[in-house]
Amino acid sequence: MSTDSVNPNRRRILNWTAGVVGAVGAGYAAVPFIRSMSPSASVQAQATETVDLSKIEPGQRITVMWQGKPVWVIRRTKEMTDTLTDDAVVGQLKDPKSKSSDQPEFAENPYRARHKEWLVMIAICTHLGCIPTYRPEPGGSFWSGNWEGGFFCPCHGSGYDLSGRVLEGSPAPRNMAVPFYEFISDSAVRIGHPSG
Amino acid sequence: MNRFIDWVDARYPLMRNIREHLTEYYAPKNFNFFYFFGSLALLVLVVQILSGIWLTMHYKPDAKLAFDSVEHIMRDVNFGWLIRYMHSTGASAFFIVIYLHMFRGLMYGSNKKPRELVWLVGMVIYLALMAEAFMGYVLPWGQMSYWGAQVIVNLFTAIPYVGPDLAEWIRGGFSIADPTLNRFFAFHVVALPIVLIILVAVHLLALHEVGSNNPDGVDIKKNKDDKGIPKDGIPFHPYYTVKDIFGSVVFLFVAAVIIFYMPTVNGVFLEHDNFLPADPLQTPAHIKPVWYFGTFYAILRAVPSKLFGVILMAAAIFLLFVLPWLDRAKVKSWRYRPIYKQMLILFGISFVVLMYIGGQPATATYTMFARIFTAIYFAFFIALPFVSKWEKPKPVPERVTE
Repeated sequence: MSTDSVNPNRRRILNWTAGVVGAVGAGYAAVPFIRSMSPSASVQAQATETVDLSKIEPGQRITVMWQGKPVWVIRRTKEMTDTLTDDAVVGQLKDPKSKSSDQPEFAENPYRARHKEWLVMIAICTHLGCIPTYRPEPGGSFWSGNWEGGFFCPCHGSGYDLSGRVLEGSPAPRNMAVPFYEFISDSAVRIGHPSG
Repeated sequence: MNRFIDWVDARYPLMRNIREHLTEYYAPKNFNFFYFFGSLALLVLVVQILSGIWLTMHYKPDAKLAFDSVEHIMRDVNFGWLIRYMHSTGASAFFIVIYLHMFRGLMYGSNKKPRELVWLVGMVIYLALMAEAFMGYVLPWGQMSYWGAQVIVNLFTAIPYVGPDLAEWIRGGFSIADPTLNRFFAFHVVALPIVLIILVAVHLLALHEVGSNNPDGVDIKKNKDDKGIPKDGIPFHPYYTVKDIFGSVVFLFVAAVIIFYMPTVNGVFLEHDNFLPADPLQTPAHIKPVWYFGTFYAILRAVPSKLFGVILMAAAIFLLFVLPWLDRAKVKSWRYRPIYKQMLILFGISFVVLMYIGGQPATATYTMFARIFTAIYFAFFIALPFVSKWEKPKPVPERVTE
């Protein structure tokens, strides 16, 4: 092979090799930058939140913060839980069996709870992340259909029943999410997985 | 002085650049009112960078301190109120001049061959500007900052499979919080301004490579005198620099009236709810974007399904990118394309009406109108390839008209 002439084949292979090695290197170099934007250890540490249930009256709702998100703990009365199996409510639901929503296995029931008295739910509308209002009393002009009590989002007009199941005619696609939680005593509930 | 310039010129193409881009850059002589807005956008960019640097001297990008530091700027810092209102008014002014600048391009076919890259780079500038404005609006950490960010970042959760993880990565947490504010500050103050400045330089270089279009859409380079200078061209400097200085003075006068007498423009430039500190437990009764995002927000809300709403909103922006290829007419300016002119006016009306609806609550009536005007908005893009092919243009003059 002559020493002066250019070998275009070899050049192309060298160019491609250098290019690919460089791209792989750039890809690896990007990892720390991309990963540094993920939730940090201190954010991850807010994994659980324990709530004292002893002071909650029947029908009362309290709001606690868990992982920066508002979570409702509601002590539902018997009248309230009775609406959840009433056909007047169930007939209005988009997803009565919570097939497409986010909840632990123990909440895949009409009450969306471990015990039907206690509703623990992430207070974020599944449409665009607003906080719905608590409207436990039946009736109300804000809703076009039959209102038996539940949650109403003032942002874009989504309605939910008293276990956070979304009503037909709402822009929200899914039922509100239920976080993982456990009763650690008769009067305390711990929201979130202890491991994070 | 001449010897100094010679010394520089031997080492750097100073005079050559001045000639190529100013004194011997021949622009068509028939520029009209709509040609103010490119140079005004450049002026606003400079104002935003300067006022922004001075705001950074007093602002604190920390969720606990941000809102109070903005109040500190407004009350305690000497002339802090003025610099902040310059920056907030400048943000809205930026979109006013950019929307008119873009509409000018569509009126006279300035996005058509050979200026497709000028248009594409301009569209990327527009995207960067929307990101810049959105993140900037979050920094005061008021109620509308917080909830607007919540709604916009949650749009990403509509993406199948990766959506929720992507939104968490953008936020740096499980909801909008201090890490989000911090990174938005970094993007708003460092990353995006650098990107914007580079893109503006590329936009201008691409324009000067092919030359400016004009209201008649005729190519002035086809008619040159014996020196090779376009007969209908005049040097950018001094003719258009003087024209643009006049435009800038009028613009700054209007801006000053807003800054001094009506800085919030009754809740349009700065929304009333943003004068309350961010509260993750209290949603404002009516979350709405700032006016310049209204069009796309209205399109998002016009669709009952979240995923398709996001897709349609993205399409509304993406279709603007491909306009130079959707428009298949040979003739550029709407002056010689009467049907295109009516279509474009209708499109402009739908853009403005949707912008208004995007700021109103989602009642049944507004939703109905949002759907009608969304249909008109997209009908423009669907009809354009056919109408532009089929429409018989009026005769186009050889030279530019007065």
